[in-house]
Amino acid sequence: MCGATEGGLSLDGVNVAKEAVVQGRVVRGGEPVGNAYVRLLDRTGEFTAEVPTSATGHFRFFAGDGEWTLRTLAPKADPVDRVVQAQTGSVAEVEISVG
Amino acid sequence: MTRENTLVSAQWVEEHLDDPKVVLVEVDEDTAAYDKGHIKGAIKLDWTTDLQDQVRRDFVNKAQFEALLSDRGVANDDTVVLYGGNNNWFAAYAYWYFKLYGHQDVKLLDGGRKKWELDSRELTDELPSREKTSYTATEQDSSIRAFRDEVVAAIGTQNLVDVRSPDEYAGRLLAPAHLPQEQAQRAGHIPTAANVPWSKAANDDGTFKSDDELREIYTEAGVDWSKDTIAYCRIGERSSHTWFVLKELLGQENVKNYDGSWTEYGSLVGVPVSLGDEKGEA
Repeated sequence: MCGATEGGLSLDGVNVAKEAVVQGRVVRGGEPVGNAYVRLLDRTGEFTAEVPTSATGHFRFFAGDGEWTLRTLAPKADPVDRVVQAQTGSVAEVEISVG
Repeated sequence: MTRENTLVSAQWVEEHLDDPKVVLVEVDEDTAAYDKGHIKGAIKLDWTTDLQDQVRRDFVNKAQFEALLSDRGVANDDTVVLYGGNNNWFAAYAYWYFKLYGHQDVKLLDGGRKKWELDSRELTDELPSREKTSYTATEQDSSIRAFRDEVVAAIGTQNLVDVRSPDEYAGRLLAPAHLPQEQAQRAGHIPTAANVPWSKAANDDGTFKSDDELREIYTEAGVDWSKDTIAYCRIGERSSHTWFVLKELLGQENVKNYDGSWTEYGSLVGVPVSLGDEKGEA
């Protein structure tokens, strides 16, 4: 949960001490999905942000302390929701599998 | 304005890919998105360089806008169809910008780039070539652009609609959560502003909700349809999305976009700021 995991998105240039980072990768059958969209929903389910995944399937948010939901949309797949805890000074790493 | 003459579907765009009088224009927050692939024939506008003055914080002037569109091959009588990522935030911003300079026939691709991608429709990296034109813009239409003094004067008298996420409105976040949170301005919102996140107007795939659903969302949030309205966000692109909904889809008169938005207002000396989930007092 804490610290960038091996193979994760580089944190170069990010002031991790001041940010509550939520990041990870979207995969399908173990392969990265580069054309997915990940949305960050707040504790009430309200949309807060959305990013397209990179060619390597990665995404990143700068959230606030607390519980968030990641909703992932990908072509030809049902949306996938994952709950994640964010905390300032730490990096929450999440791998999301889509069908 | 209505949905029929301001919004087109992905299907419509596919059917008009080879229509020389339809110019597809991609505008993205991520200015490299176009280079990775775009809809066939689409030209790119870079909101950071093409649409902003490179010294002052302001838009390019009329002559620069004319030179830009002439160079990219957009004619006054072309149908301009805008699309982009982030559920069309920056495409809506460009739509408002084209209206500001008087382009007559502008439309948004409903759902933007995301819907196009989620539908698995074709993208290309082939660059289009368009003949240069001699484009003529009008003076800026000040009836759709709000400046800070009229925003301050609107507190407690007009509809102020803060379209940022609830956490930004309350002051718990300072920027949309895909951006770092270290920012210079104060946190919070303009007192009496209703919080109607832009995202309430869109479905998950980025398309707009129905007119009836939209009207109900803003009514429930306390928007008084008999009053003038100013929409704002952080830098004016998400509020362009809401401006589009209120003015172009719902046909509300006197709706302005405050492009200075929170990065300006939150840095002003001496203006009132409200913190927390409540609107606050005038």
